[in-house]
Amino acid sequence: MFLAVRDLRFAKGRFALMGAVVGLISLLVVLLTGLTAGLSRQSISAITSLPGDRVAFSTPAAGESASYASSRLSPSARDTAARQPGVTDAASLTLAPGRVEAGGRQAAVTLFAAEPGSFVAPAGLSADRVAVGEDLARDQRLATGDTVRIGGRSYAVAEVVPDASYNHTPVVWAPPSALAGTAGGGSVLVLRTGSGFDRDGFEWAVGARVMTVGDSVSAVGSYTAENGSLTLMRVLLMAVSALVVGAFFTVWTIQRTPDLAVLKAIGARTGYLVRDALSQALVLLVVGGGLGTMLAAALGRLAARSVPFVVDASTTLVPLLMLVAVGLVGAAGALRRIATVDPITALGAAR
Amino acid sequence: MSTALSLSDVTVTYPDGDRRLTALDAVSLDVAAGEMVAVVGPSGSGKSTLLAVAGLLLTPDSGRLEIAGQDVTGLGRGRAADVRRTSLGLVFQQSNLIASLTAREQLEMVARLAGRHGAPVRARADELLDAVGLTEAADRRPHQLSGGQRQRVGIARALMNDPALLLIDEPTSALDHERGAAVVDLLARVTRERAVGTVMVTHDRTTLDATHRAMEMVDGRLAALVP
Ligand SMILES: Nc1ncnc2c1ncn2[C@@H]1O[C@H](COP(=O)(O)OP(=O)(O)OP(=O)(O)O)[C@@H](O)[C@H]1O
Ligand SMILES: [Mg+2]
Repeated sequence: MFLAVRDLRFAKGRFALMGAVVGLISLLVVLLTGLTAGLSRQSISAITSLPGDRVAFSTPAAGESASYASSRLSPSARDTAARQPGVTDAASLTLAPGRVEAGGRQAAVTLFAAEPGSFVAPAGLSADRVAVGEDLARDQRLATGDTVRIGGRSYAVAEVVPDASYNHTPVVWAPPSALAGTAGGGSVLVLRTGSGFDRDGFEWAVGARVMTVGDSVSAVGSYTAENGSLTLMRVLLMAVSALVVGAFFTVWTIQRTPDLAVLKAIGARTGYLVRDALSQALVLLVVGGGLGTMLAAALGRLAARSVPFVVDASTTLVPLLMLVAVGLVGAAGALRRIATVDPITALGAAR
Repeated sequence: MSTALSLSDVTVTYPDGDRRLTALDAVSLDVAAGEMVAVVGPSGSGKSTLLAVAGLLLTPDSGRLEIAGQDVTGLGRGRAADVRRTSLGLVFQQSNLIASLTAREQLEMVARLAGRHGAPVRARADELLDAVGLTEAADRRPHQLSGGQRQRVGIARALMNDPALLLIDEPTSALDHERGAAVVDLLARVTRERAVGTVMVTHDRTTLDATHRAMEMVDGRLAALVP
């Protein structure tokens, strides 16, 4: 560190420029990460917060994959499913696009229809009471006890539930009667399974395709595609930062080759010089990346008022740490060059 | 008196087209602790090559090499660096200071490499800078120093690790006559007071009086200088 900090101060113009580049990259990475998390929360939070551990879909047609929208696993399959080994409970769930009317305003929602009292249903759900997602409650200014209309019927709001978005729409948990006015939707079984669960046996007996709740996000409309392209952008940005940091330290190492030769001539081992230079890269990445991340978090807070955006440790600290890690890998690649500096060149300055 | 440097039958060749150029031809040299040996000779005769071998910067084709009584023939790069750090002081033809460090930090760097720092290290650096007459310049960087001042920082740096052997290439090349003589006197004093073995390559024959012995290098062969 002794030499690293003095070189940093001595060449502060160059390091400030590079720090700014790292800062801008981290700004982009953190903004993208927050946006990805926000969009994904809007897309799948109602699925990932389902109270079961597996989901059964009707067997998809050849060449297609299971999907929440097109699954048609009738409620009658529930009893067969519940009897299978290792299944502790099974509950039918139907997902259908619908409209909710409250105080004269309409909102597009996804209805999650479940039998009141079944384990998937929120506690307050009954034949004339529904549970609404918190996004909808906020936008429509709904509170427990208010009345909403779905498909011409009135329901009381029994509960406001968190993490209830599906396919970028708010979710309303409703009794099956609320499906009357809709064109219908996909139906699946949510399972609670134990140790004896036999997936193949279950799929054969029920005529279904089973996934864990976590894997089943791939069955939510556009989730995989949109999440995939945002993730690809983040990965590319990370790779760019590794390359940029690597290129910077390559040039920097070449520039200071005479210094490195002198240091080796007075007895520095390559390992010492590499560690010293890595500590310099670490300072650069943490300071540059840290400032970029703080700026991104501040911008994200503002943006979160109008677009789906998540600011928490997983969308700020985690990408920052990843950026620092890949940056160090890039720098380490460049710093291997230190090993090739021959100390005899220090003696031959006049050659 | 113990031996600071012992070279026996050291030969170095460089590739030269399809032949090999013999830069050192079976050179032997013993330097005792507290002794200062001057090496003179025409340009291209092999003087810097001799220092490179003694400084473990260049592995000779053949011959034996001892520093401070230890056999250091054919050490690997890492071990050679360890010997340079603990037992050698090198002063280069150009002073070769590190641009970002102040004069005092050039000296502290040497101690850092050996894992030492703190007040005693600073005190020793200041003492050495004082000895070379640079107390005032301790906080200046190389670009704020004159050529002669840089040369003297280089000498102080070479003494920082209390070396057994001091290898100096043309210490006076960048200096006027008076300054050059002062630097050589300083080296002679250091050699005596700190019981270092010193090998000094020089073009300037007027500095030879300050040394114990003078050797002449001609075409890679080393012999006592006939005055
Ligand atoms: N890396 C090298 N490759 C090939 N030949 C070299 C190399 N280094 C030195 N030589 C040759 O070896 C011979 C001795 O060089 P050296 O640098 O030791 O001379 P010197 O006595 O220090 O000269 P000067 O007084 O000009 O500094 C010269 O002929 C030189 O051209
Ligand atoms: Mg030379």
